[in-house]
Amino acid sequence: MPYQRAKFYQVGSFAVGNRLLAPSERTVQSSLARTNSLTSGHRACQGCGEALAARYVLDAAMAATGGKVVVVNATGCLEVFSTPFPETSWRLAWLHSLFGNAPAVASGVAAALKAKGRADVRVVAQGGDGGTVDIGFGTLSGLFERNDDVLYVCYDNQAYMNTGVQRSGSTPPAARTATTEALGPEPGNVFGQGKDLPAIAMAHGIPYVATASVADLHDLEYKVERAMAFRGARYLHVLVPCPLGWKSATAETVRLARLAVESGLFPLLEAEAGEVVAVTPLRHRVGVEEYLRPQGRFAHLFRGAGRPDIVARIQQVADRNIARYGLVQEAGE
Amino acid sequence: MTMETPFAITLPVGSSLANRTGSWRVERPVYVDLLPPCNDACPAGENVQGWLYAAEEGDYEAAWRALVADNPMPAVMGRACFRPCETACNRAKLDQAVGINAVERFIGDFAIEKGLGFDRPATATGKHVLVVGAGPAGLSAAYHLRRLGHAVTIYEAAELPGGMMRYGIPAYRLPRDILDAEVGRVVDLGIDLQLGHPVEDLAATLEEAKAAGRPFDAVFLGVGAQTAKRAYIPAGDSARVLDALSLLRSVTEGERPLLGRRVAVYGGGDTAMDAARTAKRLGATEAVIVYRRNRERMPAHPEELEDALGEGVKVKWLSTITHVAEGTLLLEKMELDETGFPRPTGETEELDADAVVLALGQESDLSLVANLPEVKVDNGWLSVGPDQMTGRAGIFAGGDVVGQDMTVTTAIGHGKRVARAIDAYLAGSRYERPARHALAGFDRLNTWYYSDAPRTVRPRLDAARRVSTFDEVVQGLDADTALFEARRCLSCGNCFECDNCFGVCPDNAVVKLEQAVRGEGDVFASGGAGRHYAFDYDYCKGCGLCAQECPCGAIVMEPERA
Ligand SMILES: Cc1cc2nc3c(=O)[nH]c(=O)nc-3n(C[C@H](O)[C@H](O)[C@H](O)COP(=O)(O)OP(=O)(O)OC[C@H]3O[C@@H](n4cnc5c(N)ncnc54)[C@H](O)[C@@H]3O)c2cc1C
Ligand SMILES: Cc1ncc(C[n+]2csc(CCOP(=O)(O)OP(=O)(O)O)c2C)c(N)n1
Ligand code: SF4
Ligand code: SF4
Ligand code: SF4
Ligand SMILES: [Mg+2]
Repeated sequence: MPYQRAKFYQVGSFAVGNRLLAPSERTVQSSLARTNSLTSGHRACQGCGEALAARYVLDAAMAATGGKVVVVNATGCLEVFSTPFPETSWRLAWLHSLFGNAPAVASGVAAALKAKGRADVRVVAQGGDGGTVDIGFGTLSGLFERNDDVLYVCYDNQAYMNTGVQRSGSTPPAARTATTEALGPEPGNVFGQGKDLPAIAMAHGIPYVATASVADLHDLEYKVERAMAFRGARYLHVLVPCPLGWKSATAETVRLARLAVESGLFPLLEAEAGEVVAVTPLRHRVGVEEYLRPQGRFAHLFRGAGRPDIVARIQQVADRNIARYGLVQEAGE
Repeated sequence: MTMETPFAITLPVGSSLANRTGSWRVERPVYVDLLPPCNDACPAGENVQGWLYAAEEGDYEAAWRALVADNPMPAVMGRACFRPCETACNRAKLDQAVGINAVERFIGDFAIEKGLGFDRPATATGKHVLVVGAGPAGLSAAYHLRRLGHAVTIYEAAELPGGMMRYGIPAYRLPRDILDAEVGRVVDLGIDLQLGHPVEDLAATLEEAKAAGRPFDAVFLGVGAQTAKRAYIPAGDSARVLDALSLLRSVTEGERPLLGRRVAVYGGGDTAMDAARTAKRLGATEAVIVYRRNRERMPAHPEELEDALGEGVKVKWLSTITHVAEGTLLLEKMELDETGFPRPTGETEELDADAVVLALGQESDLSLVANLPEVKVDNGWLSVGPDQMTGRAGIFAGGDVVGQDMTVTTAIGHGKRVARAIDAYLAGSRYERPARHALAGFDRLNTWYYSDAPRTVRPRLDAARRVSTFDEVVQGLDADTALFEARRCLSCGNCFECDNCFGVCPDNAVVKLEQAVRGEGDVFASGGAGRHYAFDYDYCKGCGLCAQECPCGAIVMEPERA
């Protein structure tokens, strides 16, 4: 977190805005002039974290580029709920092709813009975790490897939500999905599988990699703005709770993202050229149970006598992240 | 619908704004104003959160105006109030309570320094009200009655106004220039204050006024509890025994009564603390409070006790005085029974003392209503109804004389309530207290958004220095710390314009009201006066995120009307 949080004690700089803060210290979202890239009338579920994150990210990208953005979207909820013909919710230039080819299409758009001498127009590609870590992974790796001038954003809701909550390479251990039933001695998704895409992106040595969540808007907007300051391939991985797939209350979306971060299960970090350069320290550390309990997809861990052994294994994952990235820091921002 | 499409675009594109997702909703978010715990706890009924809101912006004049709508004496409050608001403050559960009282004092002092005055009453009702007693209750009633346009005459027995604020509370806690400034400003509203004018027989006073052609349409009795209670203690001839009220009063009047080197103070209330601290300032090397119960059961406010101990005052716990002789007292040790009541043990000890100051509580002199049998007395206090009216229509009472929670702040609160009740009475109706808003408890807050900040503690005079003088002990905040402190307020239950709801809605269904109306047919429900947000129920799906993420709990979800 290399930027300065405003020393303002009523809300710090954690809220979206505040009447007492200078406009420069408020978020893009607090502004009447925000693009509203994804406008009202879309068909996302109530409390959808992905819809929220997409507006957060793209409004920030629009603000950072003076509105010169072309978006390429993979198939998934975000595409389906935003563009049922003849309606669209997008208020920027937006293309959709297929589930697995968004990175390839984005590379093509970037190449075309380059050919036309339009270096001022920037390309953002986006998709769900299925489209990113699974089916789109090959073309994404190619995009990274060629260092194409694209910001790729993954909205990670940890399963294939649009087709009915099937497991993806980003589904966490023990989570119930339609394809990982909560049955047997090891209910839900298995431990030890899945892909840590931010780490994989870092391993490509691309200019910029970051993780963000819908629970810390200042952090998220800072990272988008920072990403737009680089040329070449950049990757942003945003955690977006999904009330439908996580079986959580619609009002809990932001709180769950906050708990994922504060428990250490979803570290917020930034990396440049393959090296971690900054992490966002935990403000109020919580145990993983506080995060898991409100989610129906983990209900089998708490039913009856519960499965404290599995909860403990998940806690170990969080503890490892905290140690690995130094997420608990001494007092003083 | 036909439409020109750009090159290579074959189908016209419509906006999703055509899709009114508001129809999905089963619950709707609504903006509310809840009652912050500080406001709830303030005996003077101050809108604490409201005036802090102005102070947060550094607009101290607006803060002062919001404050004096309820309480005309913030600089006095900022020194004498026992701060129940801070005990209730939600921030205490986060780090430490907001220093409400310190900010209040800063605002009060600011207004005195800037010479701010009250707005003159706009109307004159032609009604005339008698206020008996110029203590905080009487002054507050007079102030609020004047603001409502009534003519007010105060009859005050003493030579100076203020009641116990002047003759009880010592100057090292409440400097007299501050008191004079705030009392003077109330009187300047056009109140006829007649000093040295005791009312001995209220019935006769009312008759006289009628005969003189200037009758009173209503009366407020704010005569306080000005008589020291006595207890029988066997004493030798030359023993020096006096009561705390006369000691404090004579000091206020500029005397320095001779007490000797060793002074015992008998009692465990705030008056005992003030008497002991005053004795120290008058030259006593030893001031010992004798109290029959223990520290937990002491009625004095803990901070008053701390301040006294800090100045070297000693306490004999669980002790009563059984005999007073010249130079020495006989004390008996007590023990508490299961109910906390002290009972004698028979064990005695001696305590050297040149004087004994009795601080055993106060009672009211009610002889002025002896000729008004409808005015009922209960247990030595005047009985009043919920609107502060006595048994006699048109005669109201409040402050110490009704014997509940005897503080300056409660007296001021009674004065306000009485003014409203008299106003209603004069208009031929009866005052009903308005329904209270639901409480903004700590569980309604989303505290993640508030950053942690320590509390600014008022600097204190060095204890060694303050015991020898009557200079003010607790110093004020400066402008920077006052602003900092005000901004620690969480704004419980009342929107402070953080934009969170505007930000977190996945459906763009929260509108900032300055925003231009977007498309045809969009109807925004108004957020109400001074509110800068509204819900766009055409698109709100009722997810509840805005309510959940509002830091201060100013949004509630209500079942959707069918
Ligand atoms: C030593 C001491 C310290 C205290 N410290 C604090 C403190 O720090 N904070 C706090 O909140 N409270 C404190 N109190 C309590 C507080 O002072 C009283 O609760 C408050 O002043 C009561 O206000 P009042 O207007 O009802 O009565 P008073 O203040 O007693 O005023 C009554 C007035 O009526 C006048 N009067 C009485 N009879 C007549 C009559 N017949 N005709 C005309 N005039 C008459 C009196 O002269 C007096 O001016 C203290 C009290 C004492 C004694
Ligand atoms: C090649 C191909 N296979 C399968 C599908 C069906 N499909 C559409 S969206 C989707 C899942 C999307 O999951 P994810 O990328 O995680 O996005 P989410 O819906 O969860 O936001 C699938 C399997 C498809 N459109 N194309
Ligand atoms: S935080 Fe502010 S509004 Fe809440 S109780 Fe404290 S002073 Fe009152
Ligand atoms: S966040 Fe938006 S959609 Fe959800 S309840 Fe609030 S206004 Fe309605
Ligand atoms: S979220 Fe912020 S702006 Fe919205 S009602 Fe609450 S305090 Fe006001
Ligand atoms: Mg997904």
